[in-house]
Amino acid sequence: MAIRRGRGVAAINYPTGMNLGGDPTQALVHSTPTGNFMVTLSSVDLGQGLKQIMAQICAETIGVPTDRVIIDTADTDTGPHCMGTFASRGTHRAGNAVIQAAKEARQVMLEVAAEELEVNASDLETDGEGNILVKGAPQKSISIFDVALSAHFKRGRSISGRGMFLIPRSYPEKETGAMKPSTCYAHACTVAEVEVDDETGEVTVLTVKNIFEIGRALNPRMVEQQLVGGSWMGISHALYETTEPYYPNRDHGGTDFNQYLMPGPGDLAETEIIVLERPSADGPYGAKGPGEMCANPQIPAVANAVFDAVGVRIDTLPITPERILRALKAQSAN
Amino acid sequence: MAKVPVQFTLNGSEKAEFVEGGTTLLHALRDKIGDTSPKGGCHQGTCGACSVIIDGELKLSCLTLAETCGGTDIRTTSGLAEAGVLHPLQRAFLDAFATQCGFCTPGMIMAAKVLLDHTPNPSRDEVVEALSGNICRCTGYEPIIQAVLTAARANSQNAA
Repeated sequence: MAIRRGRGVAAINYPTGMNLGGDPTQALVHSTPTGNFMVTLSSVDLGQGLKQIMAQICAETIGVPTDRVIIDTADTDTGPHCMGTFASRGTHRAGNAVIQAAKEARQVMLEVAAEELEVNASDLETDGEGNILVKGAPQKSISIFDVALSAHFKRGRSISGRGMFLIPRSYPEKETGAMKPSTCYAHACTVAEVEVDDETGEVTVLTVKNIFEIGRALNPRMVEQQLVGGSWMGISHALYETTEPYYPNRDHGGTDFNQYLMPGPGDLAETEIIVLERPSADGPYGAKGPGEMCANPQIPAVANAVFDAVGVRIDTLPITPERILRALKAQSAN
Repeated sequence: MAKVPVQFTLNGSEKAEFVEGGTTLLHALRDKIGDTSPKGGCHQGTCGACSVIIDGELKLSCLTLAETCGGTDIRTTSGLAEAGVLHPLQRAFLDAFATQCGFCTPGMIMAAKVLLDHTPNPSRDEVVEALSGNICRCTGYEPIIQAVLTAARANSQNAA
C-alpha cells in the first residue's frame, strides 16, 4: 500500500452558445437627456460580470467612457428577447446585439452633432471621453452631453438603436447528418498532477496547469478570476460534487451544504492559468465565451491522472475514494 | 405570538425593534432594520454568508436569535466604511478582484476582520483557517486569501 503519483492531460473544444432552434439575443440602446447611454437587455448577470462587459462593449462602440453606460437587465417580461445566460453565450450573443444597437445610436448621435456643428456627419469622430470632434479640426467640437440635450429638446431626435444577433438554426444534412451547432469555439488544455492513496482511495490534487484559448479577453482581470475559479470548480466536479451519488438510486443524495461536498479555501491546489487570445471571427471585438467552458478540461485530466497513478479507469463522476477502491479490487481480482 | 422588544447597537447606532420570538438576527437585520449586507445563503449555519460581528466575535446571524442580542454591539459590512472611505479590507477585496458574484463577500470580509482584529499579521494558513467556514461558489478563494493578506500588510504599514 502506497501513495502513488500520476499526471493526466486533457484538451477540449467548447462551443460558445448552442443552437438547437436558432439562438437569438436582442438589445436596445438609448441616450438619456444628459448623454448617458442605457442598454436594455433580458440577458441576466448572475455574477459572471455581464453588466460590466456589456457596458464596455457599448462604450467602445459609441465612443464614451464606460461609466457613461447604464445596463438594465431588470425584466425578461418587458426587455428585448434573449435566449438566456447559459452555455458561455452571454458575452458573444448579447455583445454582438449591443454592438449593432450602439452603432445605430452612434449614427443618430453623430447626425445631431453634425447639425449642431454644421458639418457632415461622416466628418465627425469621438474622442472616447465624451466629446465629438471634427476630424482634422479638433478645436471644432461638441460634448455628447450637449448633443443629447439638443436631440431631446431642440431637434426632436431619439438617440437610440436596435440590435439583434441570431445564429440561425442549423438542420442536419440528410445524407451525412452533418450540422453546424455553433459558429465559435473556445479551447482549453489542462495538465493535472495527483496523488492517490491506494489504501484509502483518496485523491489529492497537487497542481493544475491550464491553457485557455478564449478569443479576445475583453476584461483580462475578470477573465482571470473566472478561469481560476472555474479551474477549481472543474476539480470539484471531478472529485467531490454530485447531487445524486448513487444515481439512479435517489437515496443518500446530498440535501444541504453539510452533505454536498465543495472545496473550501483549504483545498486549493497550485493553479496556473495561461490565456491565449485568438480573436474570434464573429465575436464582439473578438471575444468567445470563457464561462462554462473553463470548468471542463480538469475533469478528464484528473481521471487520466488517476489512471496514470493507480491504473484504473473511473468513468463515473465524481471520482470518489469508494469508486477507486472498488476498481482497484476488481483490478486485483483479474 | 407576542413580540419581544430588543435593543442593540448596529454599526455605532442605537436600534430598537419588536421581534417575534424565534426571529433570527439575520431576518431582523435584513427585513426589519434594512441592513441587507448580511446575506442569507443556507439559513442553517453552513455557508457563512450571513456572518456578522457581535461584541467582537464572529457569529452566524442565521443561527442567532434576535431576542438574545439585547445590549450587544453588532457590526456588519455595511458599517465598515468611515466617512465614505472604504475599510482596508474592502479596498483590498476590490483591488484584488476578490469578488465575482459577490454573495459571499460580506461574510468573507466579516470573517477576515475578526481575524485581523485578533491577529494583525496572519500567515496564509491562518487566513485559510479563518475563512474556512465561508463558502465561495465561484471558487474564488485564492484572490480572497490574497486580499486579506494585502489588507493585513496595509494595516501594519499604517501602524508603523
